[in-house]
Amino acid sequence: MPLTNEIVAKKLTEHFGDQLTGFEEPYGLLTFTAPKDLNLKVMQFLYDDPELQFRFLTDLTGVHYPDRKGEELAVVYHLHNLADNKRVRMKVFTDIASPDVFTATALYASANWMERETFDFFGVNFVGHPNLKRVLNVDEMDYFPMRKEYPLEDQTRVDKDDEMFGRGGHIGI
Amino acid sequence: MSETHQHVKLPDGSIEKTTTTLNMGPTHPATHGVFQNILELDGERIVSAESTVGYIHRAFEKIAERRPLYQITPLTDRLNYCSSPINNMGWHLTCEKLLGVKTPKRVDYLRVIIMELARISDHLICNSIVGVDAGAYTGFLYVMQYRELIYEIYEEVCGSRLTTNIGRIGGFERNFTNAAFTKLEKFLAEYPGVLKEFENLFMRNRIFMERTMGTGGIAAERALSYGFTGPNLRATGVDYDVRVMEPYSSYEDFTFNIPVGSTGDNYDRWLVRDQEMWESLSIIRQAYEKVQSFKGAEAEVFHADTPEYYLPTKEDVYTKMEALIWHFKIVMGEVEMPKGEVYHAVEGANGELGFYLISDGGRAPFRLHFRRPCFIYYQSYPELTKGSMLSDAVITMSSLNLIAGEMDA
Amino acid sequence: MARPVRFNVQAEKDVKLVKEGPEGYTGEGFFATSLDKVVGLARSNSMWPLPFATSCCGIEFMALMGANYDFARFGSERVGFSPRQCDLLMVMGTIAKKMGPVVKQVYLQMAEPRWVMAMGACASSGGIFDTYSVLQGIDQIIPVDVYVPGCPPRPEAVIDGFMKIQELVHNKEVIRRRTSDKYQALMESYGIQ
Repeated sequence: MPLTNEIVAKKLTEHFGDQLTGFEEPYGLLTFTAPKDLNLKVMQFLYDDPELQFRFLTDLTGVHYPDRKGEELAVVYHLHNLADNKRVRMKVFTDIASPDVFTATALYASANWMERETFDFFGVNFVGHPNLKRVLNVDEMDYFPMRKEYPLEDQTRVDKDDEMFGRGGHIGI
Repeated sequence: MSETHQHVKLPDGSIEKTTTTLNMGPTHPATHGVFQNILELDGERIVSAESTVGYIHRAFEKIAERRPLYQITPLTDRLNYCSSPINNMGWHLTCEKLLGVKTPKRVDYLRVIIMELARISDHLICNSIVGVDAGAYTGFLYVMQYRELIYEIYEEVCGSRLTTNIGRIGGFERNFTNAAFTKLEKFLAEYPGVLKEFENLFMRNRIFMERTMGTGGIAAERALSYGFTGPNLRATGVDYDVRVMEPYSSYEDFTFNIPVGSTGDNYDRWLVRDQEMWESLSIIRQAYEKVQSFKGAEAEVFHADTPEYYLPTKEDVYTKMEALIWHFKIVMGEVEMPKGEVYHAVEGANGELGFYLISDGGRAPFRLHFRRPCFIYYQSYPELTKGSMLSDAVITMSSLNLIAGEMDA
Repeated sequence: MARPVRFNVQAEKDVKLVKEGPEGYTGEGFFATSLDKVVGLARSNSMWPLPFATSCCGIEFMALMGANYDFARFGSERVGFSPRQCDLLMVMGTIAKKMGPVVKQVYLQMAEPRWVMAMGACASSGGIFDTYSVLQGIDQIIPVDVYVPGCPPRPEAVIDGFMKIQELVHNKEVIRRRTSDKYQALMESYGIQ
């Protein structure tokens, strides 16, 4: 019997009860939210269960929601069941003051650098990661650039003429 | 490893083994693109390796939070720049999924032609550079001529060679000219002979086989755990191809095979890419026939009918009122996206290239993340090269087809 | 239908197929000229580039090295990756701030005389990437002789830039550029001894 979103959602709620919330299917991809201390357990369940068998970690990334107080940083996992061709998306929220999330490197080797990238951009501290340091930015960087409060451009430039770029300058635009 | 034959009896314990640290730094002829490997060598054998990336980090994802959808296309060009049309079209397909735009069949088939040409172009670079790293420069020169022909086809369609910025949300910016089709026919006629010659140089070449067989191999389970996709995964035996699993752009209308290897070593990867080029050629032929079968008014269709998102052609903007208004609205950014989050993947030349787009209304995405295959499978490099010799490490690196732009984004 | 040609319609009056040699005094079996002209001629026709290819412009360089555009006819058959053995540092592609010290180190390791070509918009001025992580032009850290704009520049544009470098090399008044005051001042401004 082909694996459908309903079966996946049913098995998840049977096993975890109402700890998993926010079940929805944007554009056909089952999405749910898990509390951050359960993320490994849910992924292990999805990995081991003989019917579900989500054995491929497609993507692991972070999102910064500055408006959700207490849950600003989200880690989003995309899992894929290659045998039955089913995808699922799991979101884990954590607050920005203590962004600790358990690492998935024991389960999926590909999570190693993806978690480093999420740490590099958002500051999510993955507990248990073998080598959590910055991977894309320079090692000396002291802030997490993808958070919404930081600007895109390098603020130390002196050679840009803001007037020409329509950003005020001497003659206000 | 045979022991060296010693004529002099040395006292025991006088030779201490130490390992050498070698920095295959960001600038190195073997690293095609800038990434760094720090290798621990025991003589010629590699004991361990540590990779550093980020030497060309250009903050694409942060830039994308500032730009409306059609201004993100030039960013996607520069991900895997050897096959930029695939990135462009993957991005447009993601936008179309979010916006609910359905493209007509002719547009799909034209997209397939361009994407498969890009795939051939990328595999040609990869395979010929594996040859160059193994010491054979001639194959590279042969096939660069045919990459020039592919570039000419891109020029006819979109105007530029390498970073194409091709297409729009919903189709193409202009119809394919007769010159484009003539060049495509020339390519289809001449290229198979060249590919055959290129294969003759390498496929059963004793030296090449000895260099590449048995080196840089990986088992299928480890490859899946490392997140391998694309030709590197197919070389280990897993037939996962996004074009078949989740067909996009009417790939379900085509019949093609998925070449699969067995051991995942460098030779298998070379062969898988080579066979994929033949398959791509057959897909292009099928698509071309289908495109030619559209007659009359249908043959003039080159975009979907979505005025809200498709930037109108200049002839329409200068003559029709609605087109002028839509052009103004789209360029000034008054068109808003629906809220939602979408993940769409295409089969890039290196594997599953995914776009995770979160939109909260507004012109620019709230968050855009590129699932970049090169970044994910490069983590396995220390495991692939452990125990192999330094020269094999070089060939492993080039046969993985690491494109630095995609790795760092 | 082909558009009528509007530009460049005046035929050039004297098209020189072969570049003239330096001026000098010719006799039977000998040619006397000044040493720096001969050295300039030799240097400009055998420039060995160091292709510092980081991103997309590197692929256009590969197309340039191919048979269609043929960079080898300028004497650049041998591209070297060792800075000591190269004359021309061609920086192709975006230089991120992480990569900046590497570019500077490669430039410092090059032996005099050395020239630098910034190929592409990213190397010239940061290109389309005005971000926190991209160096806005390599002339922030090393002196550049020729900038080739484009994203990526066509191989013909790179050849045009290369021919300008050849002019620079050929027409220098002094052989030893490194001893001139202007050059010393330039190096001082970059903090290079």
